[in-house]
Amino acid sequence: MSIISIRDLVVEYDGHRVLDGLSLDIEHGETMVLLGGSGSGKSTLLRQILGLERPKSGSVFVKGVDIARCSAAELKKVRRSLGVAFQSAALFNSLSVEDNVALTLREHTRLAPSVIELMVWMKLAVVGLAEFGKLHPQELSGGMKKRAAVARALALDPEILVLDEPSAGLDPIVAAELDELIVLLKEVFEVTVIVVTHELPSAFRIADRISMLYKGKFRAVGSKEEIRTSQDPRVRQFLDRVPDNIAQAGTVTAYFEKYLQAEET
Amino acid sequence: MANVLENVGKSAIDQLDYVGSVNLQWWSTLRSMISALPFVGNRYRWQASVRQMLQIGVDALPMVSLMAICTGFILAMQGASELRRFGAIHYDIELVAAGFTRELGPLLTAIAVSGRSGSAFAAEIGTMKVTEELDSLRVMALDPIEFVLAPKYLACLIAVPCLSVISNVCGILAGGLFMFFSTHLSPALYLHDVLAFIKLRDIITGLIKSLAFATIIAQVSCLEGFRVRGGPDSVGRSTTSAVVKSTFLVIVADSVFTAIFYFTLQN
Repeated sequence: MSIISIRDLVVEYDGHRVLDGLSLDIEHGETMVLLGGSGSGKSTLLRQILGLERPKSGSVFVKGVDIARCSAAELKKVRRSLGVAFQSAALFNSLSVEDNVALTLREHTRLAPSVIELMVWMKLAVVGLAEFGKLHPQELSGGMKKRAAVARALALDPEILVLDEPSAGLDPIVAAELDELIVLLKEVFEVTVIVVTHELPSAFRIADRISMLYKGKFRAVGSKEEIRTSQDPRVRQFLDRVPDNIAQAGTVTAYFEKYLQAEET
Repeated sequence: MANVLENVGKSAIDQLDYVGSVNLQWWSTLRSMISALPFVGNRYRWQASVRQMLQIGVDALPMVSLMAICTGFILAMQGASELRRFGAIHYDIELVAAGFTRELGPLLTAIAVSGRSGSAFAAEIGTMKVTEELDSLRVMALDPIEFVLAPKYLACLIAVPCLSVISNVCGILAGGLFMFFSTHLSPALYLHDVLAFIKLRDIITGLIKSLAFATIIAQVSCLEGFRVRGGPDSVGRSTTSAVVKSTFLVIVADSVFTAIFYFTLQN
């Protein structure tokens, strides 16, 4: 059985359809990359998977539980098996990095403080931040913040690790380091990883399968090779970085001619 | 005409929606409050409550004290200028004592806390919303009401009445200072008269008002933070809105409580 199953998911904001009848299965232990341009609906889909918003219709099953319709207690239980690192890292600025990572351990377990301390150190060591636990998030660089967010997401040893734009805004070297970290985490912890990104090198480095979203619909779902060799025009446009014709030369010329005529009269 | 009715109806629905949201949030906070209590609750939540108490109470102490001293002095001077004409200047002591314990102490404190801490609550929660920290709490299976609001509310419920009592003391002492300099009334006699005038009922009604004001400030300010949509400019708007709405509602609640106490507790 799939660990995450999305069925006919429809999401609308003020009558505007953002996700249009999506269906997708994510298998246990695989890395699924949700790829797509800005405004394609990938962050909205992620919020649905996390149960942060309710769909207009359709269902999202996480570990067999329909999280759009389950009770608050069931949702809490499901969420304990999720580890999430948001695009902005979303670390609590009032807490040190250590306390950020320790938060869920203190709240959801009865472990002794010394055990929590050890576990926090281990998670920070995995992401290469063992020396920086005492610092506050505002004292970290962008890449370190993202890694700290991953460490916090790993705190409860989740079955599903969700990463929203992990390499966005990072330089290529730090982004590549994060990609390697994701690959390593999947191998070491055997977690299911869902990554939202629009960075092609990252996607092809870490993915087992890729789902390409365009205007709220899946344009292509398949393995890295299937996506790479896809002949779908939108997929090709995205992969080959071909721009849309936003400003037609004729339209611009006509506008300026009209403007000059108005100025003369 | 149809447009006017439509606008009135829409505005009424919006206001009802707001009142409903505040009440639902208040109810959720009350249910989560146990986690913020010492001994029976979560010790991290209680630590957060104590930190909030220090910020709301101790840090605001100089400001509230100074406001109360100035207002006590003004009240005593204005009262004396009128009462002196009737040879009833000794009633100035009662005016200051009763005025502060029943009314000005809690009200001044609430206005100070609303401006100082209410805006801070809205800005903090609004920023957490914008930076996805609230979503982060939810996906960590933590309830933002319990984690963020409950400690703030508990801190307000303890700090605001304490500040009110200190405000009462400062205001009354300022009145005594004025009486000493203007009529050479000895401080001991002033204190004796103040204690004779003040009734336990005055102190209790003042404290009841303080608790109501604390509830309004915490709930309205936090709701404004939770309702932030969009970017940093929205945080600024919510901060202003939190101060304006909570100050306005504190004054409305004050008039309601004063009317209730006036009509029910008169001898």
